[in-house]
Amino acid sequence: MQQKTCKLLIIGAGPGGYVCGIRAGQLGIDTIVVESEKPGGTCLNVGCIPSKALIHAAEQFETVKHAAGENPLGISASDPVIDLGQTVDWKNGIVKRLTGGVAGLLKKSKVQVVEGTARILDGKTVLVERDGDPLRIRCDHLVLATGSAPVELPFLPFGETVISSTEALDLRAVPDRLAVVGAGYIGLEIGMAMAKLGSEVTLVEAADRILPQYDAQLTAPVAARLKALGIRCLLNAKAEGLTGAGDLSVETSGGSEDIAADRILVTVGRRPVLDGFGVEDLGLDRTGPFLRVDELCATSMREVYAIGDITGEPMLAHRAMAQGKLVAEHIAGLSVGWDKQAIPAVCFTDPEIVTVGQGPGEAPDAKLSLFPLQANGRALTLERADGFVRIVSDPDSERVLGIQAVGVGVSELAGEFALALEMAATLTDIADTIHAHPTLGETVQEVALMGLGQALHI
Amino acid sequence: MQELEIKLPDVGEGVTEAELVEWHVKPGDLVREDDILAAVMTDKATVEIPSLYDGKVTWVGGEIGDTVPVGTVLVKIATEADAVPDVGRAAEPVEEVVSAKAEAPKPAVKPTPSPAKPVPVRTVGAPRAEGARVLASPAVRKRARDAGIDLRQVPGRGPGGRVEHADLDAVFAAPRGAVSGAVRMRAQGMDEIKVVGLRRKIADRMALANERIPHITVVEEVDVTALEDLRATMNQGRNQKGAEKPKLTLLPFLTAMLTKALRDHPEMNAHFDDEAGVIHRHNAAHIGIATMTDGGLIVPVLRHAEALGLFETAGEITRLSQAARTGKATREELTGSTITITSLGPLGAIVTTPIINHPEVAIIGINKMAMRPHWDGSQFVPRKMMNISCSFDHRVIDGWDAAVFVQRLKTLLETPALIFVED
Repeated sequence: MQQKTCKLLIIGAGPGGYVCGIRAGQLGIDTIVVESEKPGGTCLNVGCIPSKALIHAAEQFETVKHAAGENPLGISASDPVIDLGQTVDWKNGIVKRLTGGVAGLLKKSKVQVVEGTARILDGKTVLVERDGDPLRIRCDHLVLATGSAPVELPFLPFGETVISSTEALDLRAVPDRLAVVGAGYIGLEIGMAMAKLGSEVTLVEAADRILPQYDAQLTAPVAARLKALGIRCLLNAKAEGLTGAGDLSVETSGGSEDIAADRILVTVGRRPVLDGFGVEDLGLDRTGPFLRVDELCATSMREVYAIGDITGEPMLAHRAMAQGKLVAEHIAGLSVGWDKQAIPAVCFTDPEIVTVGQGPGEAPDAKLSLFPLQANGRALTLERADGFVRIVSDPDSERVLGIQAVGVGVSELAGEFALALEMAATLTDIADTIHAHPTLGETVQEVALMGLGQALHI
Repeated sequence: MQELEIKLPDVGEGVTEAELVEWHVKPGDLVREDDILAAVMTDKATVEIPSLYDGKVTWVGGEIGDTVPVGTVLVKIATEADAVPDVGRAAEPVEEVVSAKAEAPKPAVKPTPSPAKPVPVRTVGAPRAEGARVLASPAVRKRARDAGIDLRQVPGRGPGGRVEHADLDAVFAAPRGAVSGAVRMRAQGMDEIKVVGLRRKIADRMALANERIPHITVVEEVDVTALEDLRATMNQGRNQKGAEKPKLTLLPFLTAMLTKALRDHPEMNAHFDDEAGVIHRHNAAHIGIATMTDGGLIVPVLRHAEALGLFETAGEITRLSQAARTGKATREELTGSTITITSLGPLGAIVTTPIINHPEVAIIGINKMAMRPHWDGSQFVPRKMMNISCSFDHRVIDGWDAAVFVQRLKTLLETPALIFVED
């Protein structure tokens, strides 16, 4: 059997693993990354990027459909059609370009990428199973970055019609009828895109509203848009399984109902991938289903680190990237520690939702300021003025505790929101920063002014 | 014109009164806001009392040495008619200054904004509670982390108590010691080191010796000038006639001295089998030489020291310590000592309390040699002096015998010719 040794071994080349690898390579650490599939992980291959490609295509299609009907802009267009197979090919091209880019970046940083399935023998030894050519790797430091996978419901196992987000992003034809089980952000993103592409979509959510992890004020514009798109929302509804005819059986407060669907998309959450490759045998401490890590992302075993989705919520690529960078720098001997004040989260629903820091529920004594996009010129010129920007601030110190927004295009404001929190900004800091006119970003300045009792444009 | 009062403010937690230690003003003086009026001392610190207003001092209350309760009127100041009594500020705690002669007023007692210009942001001073959020930009946090500074302990003077680069600059500029205790990062966590192998063995043997043996330690001062002269002479002549002889350290002389002394004191060259209740006096002198290795303390044995010449001894000790340090010493070379010498050379300190190498009954500890003034009866002369600290098993060695033995060692060391005289 082939043998290798290295200083740092990373299992998984997703956003956490590949960033850790690149940073480690930059710092001169002898590093190997093991990946069983293409680099880029869920994010690049079957997550963030493919879903944004699909959402973009759906929006473009809807725009043309809008132009084909009565519209105030004076545009005429004839009935558009979409070849989803071609869309998927285009999407795959983007994915290929990005995963190739990641491989190139790793190579440039002199990181070895080993293709194969890792099996942990002990905290410092990993066996990589490859076609007939196993490889044994000894390392000084081990980083686990194996990510997460869609949760499967036992009564709705994934198959031909019951699919996860992975398959939904690879459909080559728009399903006539799509049932989505779970109205979290993944289900809503794909469900709304499919509705725009012409699918008849039904959402089944066990909670009493969509996006239950967000506050109701924030999700109201999305709920209104669902209605406008003709998406049926079954709330307080529980999927029970498939009927003999292949329909989705749903138990609602009003009785049971069978929903006919060509495809049933199950998006009820993601689970950490921590089984089947020997990590169980290490006996690492856990927090619920996740690995417990400290402020250096160290697990309970010496020189074994964990980053990304396996370390818990929020399961977001940018959190994993920050953790990957931190671990690489720690192993290189730099003085680091996890002291992030905020991790922004973006929901690419229509309209989009951005949250950073504390919401009203987490800071009950805080001051809330809310500025509607209705009062923003740029939003009106985009034909979409639903939504708002909201700042949660400390009434004594004016310090910004959290910023949330809902509206078309607000995802691009996430950077400013996060920067404000990370810099410990006050309302005055934002209010006294000139924001360019005419942009959606002006609303951020306005809402800060509003918090100071000095709003100008409302 | 109006007259406003300045009261003794709340100068610290739990402080109800303070002693007036200094007046900086007298009636008739003109003062500006923030000028120091007086200094008071609590049981914790000396605190300066600043003026809250511009104006003329019309009255001062109290003499130096008076103890005044918090809230007592200290000074009355005649001010312009439009001045507003600063009620909020008078109630605010005053920042402590260590010395009554601080060079500049601390920023924390800077003027508070007048009511006409409301600034809702109040400076929140450090330290913050354990686990409290630190308000600082990532760049400031990184700078603090790199310098090992705990930002929770740094007063933030930015909006909302935010720690700014300027606040860190102040920490760096402050004289070392003035702030170090307050702002250095608190170390967290601990390392767990398993006690195994040699360390485990050392631990067990030390515990056994200390538990079973009631030690008596005798310390004596020895003039080794003559011995050192002899050693220098012998080292100079050692390579004449082409003979490759090892360099003589103090140890060969000590073992020679010890074997000589043991002839008259066989009770010291013994093992006490305390379980069987038997003392084994040995005829051979197998001298343990306590040796520091990377792994810890090891005691290789100079076997039959009584049969070795000085240079043979020197060569053997070098070989043994080398073997011990490289882990090549045999079992034979590491067991069977009948008495032990322990020496830390230049680190040997003034006095040590050596632990006996069980089941032996005596251990000879060698302390540091140093040039010291010595009274020779008519004057002080510089002599090379060295202490020896010897421990004995008090169950089988009486204090008297221990003292006699140590005196014998002293005599031999001070008159080295005796070591080589056959008797």
